[in-house]
Amino acid sequence: MMAGGLEFEKPLLELRNKIDELRKFAEERGFDFSDEIARLEAQYRQLETEMYSALTAAQKMHIARHHQRPTTLDFIQAIFTDFIELHGDRLFADDLAIVGGLAKLNGVPVTVIGHQRGKDTKDNIARFFGSPHPEGFRKALRLMRQADKFRRPIITFIDTKGAYPGDTAEERGQSEAIARNLLVMSTLRVPIVCVVIGEGGSGGALALGVGNRVLMLENAIYSVISPNGAASILWKDASRADEAAEAMKITAQDLHAFGIVEEVIPEPKGGAHRDPEGQAALVREAVWRHLQELMAMTPDELVEDRYRKFRSIGVIGSGGSDAPPDPPRKPKEPEAEEERAEPESAAGNAADESADASAAIESNAR
Amino acid sequence: MFKDLFHKKRYATIPAERPVKRDIPEGLMNKCPKCGNIQYSKELEKNLKVCTSCGYHFRLTARERIAMTMDDGLLHEFDADMQSGDPLGFPGYAAKLEQQKAKTGMNEAVVTGTGSIDGHPVVVGVMDFHFFTGSMGSVVGEKITRAIEYARDKRLPLILFSTSGGARMQESIFSLMQMAKTSAALARFSDEGGLYISVMTDPTTGGVTASFASLGDYNLAEPGALIGFAGRIVIEQTIRQKLPDNFQTAEFNLQHGQLDKVVHRKDMRTVLAKLLDMHSMRRAE
Ligand SMILES: [Zn+2]
Repeated sequence: MMAGGLEFEKPLLELRNKIDELRKFAEERGFDFSDEIARLEAQYRQLETEMYSALTAAQKMHIARHHQRPTTLDFIQAIFTDFIELHGDRLFADDLAIVGGLAKLNGVPVTVIGHQRGKDTKDNIARFFGSPHPEGFRKALRLMRQADKFRRPIITFIDTKGAYPGDTAEERGQSEAIARNLLVMSTLRVPIVCVVIGEGGSGGALALGVGNRVLMLENAIYSVISPNGAASILWKDASRADEAAEAMKITAQDLHAFGIVEEVIPEPKGGAHRDPEGQAALVREAVWRHLQELMAMTPDELVEDRYRKFRSIGVIGSGGSDAPPDPPRKPKEPEAEEERAEPESAAGNAADESADASAAIESNAR
Repeated sequence: MFKDLFHKKRYATIPAERPVKRDIPEGLMNKCPKCGNIQYSKELEKNLKVCTSCGYHFRLTARERIAMTMDDGLLHEFDADMQSGDPLGFPGYAAKLEQQKAKTGMNEAVVTGTGSIDGHPVVVGVMDFHFFTGSMGSVVGEKITRAIEYARDKRLPLILFSTSGGARMQESIFSLMQMAKTSAALARFSDEGGLYISVMTDPTTGGVTASFASLGDYNLAEPGALIGFAGRIVIEQTIRQKLPDNFQTAEFNLQHGQLDKVVHRKDMRTVLAKLLDMHSMRRAE
């Protein structure tokens, strides 16, 4: 049961081994250690509860990155029916770091998209460890526009360290691809539910993250830069990632408290990888609940709801309460001195704008 | 009157008012970081801070940019007093903010406002790399968003001069979300026919490039400007290759189809004015 245990889980692992040994010893020799075993089991449960109820941000980060943690495709298989994967951005390639397609959720056709980490080294290389190139973001964009056209809700799964930092990614417009997704996602007239299932790293995560609802698994993390990246920039020392994880407030609980995440979906003790099926059931329940609420809204309401959500994010220290000044007067406003000949230029229209520069500077200087 | 209140906040072209500049040592002479040419500061200033020998574009402060771009060097500033908080209680952030304010005389890494260019009223945002490497936190995102909303409300063209080291780590998720916020505001502005010209200056990277800076109807850049998403070192470590010298320059981006035009600083005002002029019919609708 402790396969794939993490460093901080060692005390649990050791206790488990001790119990197992004692049990084996008792069986072999025919002793009755049942009282002692029961006592140790109780101790184990207590330790387990204590440990997993007080995980640090860094410990959560390690759980979120666990190599056995369920991936987007695992969740798609477990939550939806009739999944049809769709490929390619129609521009350059099919980026396997993002998967997407059609599926049904409780009988409702939806578009589902997510970052896809690899299951093993070979798979990871093919999928660039879940870090997309522009073509991945553009595939996602294509599928989202398609969903919009056919009025299908969109569900995204976020799980990436970030956009792929590569030369060809830059050449093909990594920045533009991310930016375009942010812009277009904000305008889509269908419900969008995003679930951060593992690591939400930087713009590469956000490019699938402009949803009406953003949910996070209990041990998932979400930050502007990976804690490793932050540590190497801030302290010139990537090994201080754990420290950066704490400082950046990256946990689902932090983001929920900030109002950025609508709901934290609980995980089995020790993390999603301990019970992928149980985890998928919890995700399905939460996604469906939010989706039902959103499906009751009109397209205009959905767009407005999403805009409000993101428009309101930000913490201002002070200032910014003064009303802005009026714009400078347009040259040759109707009230300006000059007489006008053409009747069609009466109401501050096109002809006003083509005023010569010197008049403009004068009026501005007044 | 209301209007008079804001006259105080105008930026003038008086060089003496400029804050301390880090890139260029005070004094009579300047050395070009690219070609090593030593030139009189006055000569450099007269040449819009472009090396008289090799054409290297020195980084400008927001004030300098405003002075050389706006009619009469004037910008009626928005939210001049807006300052960052410390939403995460990030170690050292509050102190660093104070230090940046003292160093630059600015409250944040972007100046926004309204003014005119060649007679065309516009809304302008100018980032400043000297303040916290032009990084975008909540305040930068909010000021840019408000500028976009103002342009939308008043049906004015929008010009954003970007320069940024990226999103500000010290506000982590809040910084990240400014990318979505500014992009969503641009979507609304654009849907209503708003004109947005993005001018990328050296350097424009990370979350700023991956949001509003790349979303112009026209994406311009100054010669030699570094423009990209990921940093050169990170990319070199990832692909285990040395990158060419011109990697992520404006010219590189132009060649790869990521920019409309690379515009020399001496021509920037003219090009902007031309673009504004060609869209001036629109607002009649
Ligand atoms: Zn030079």
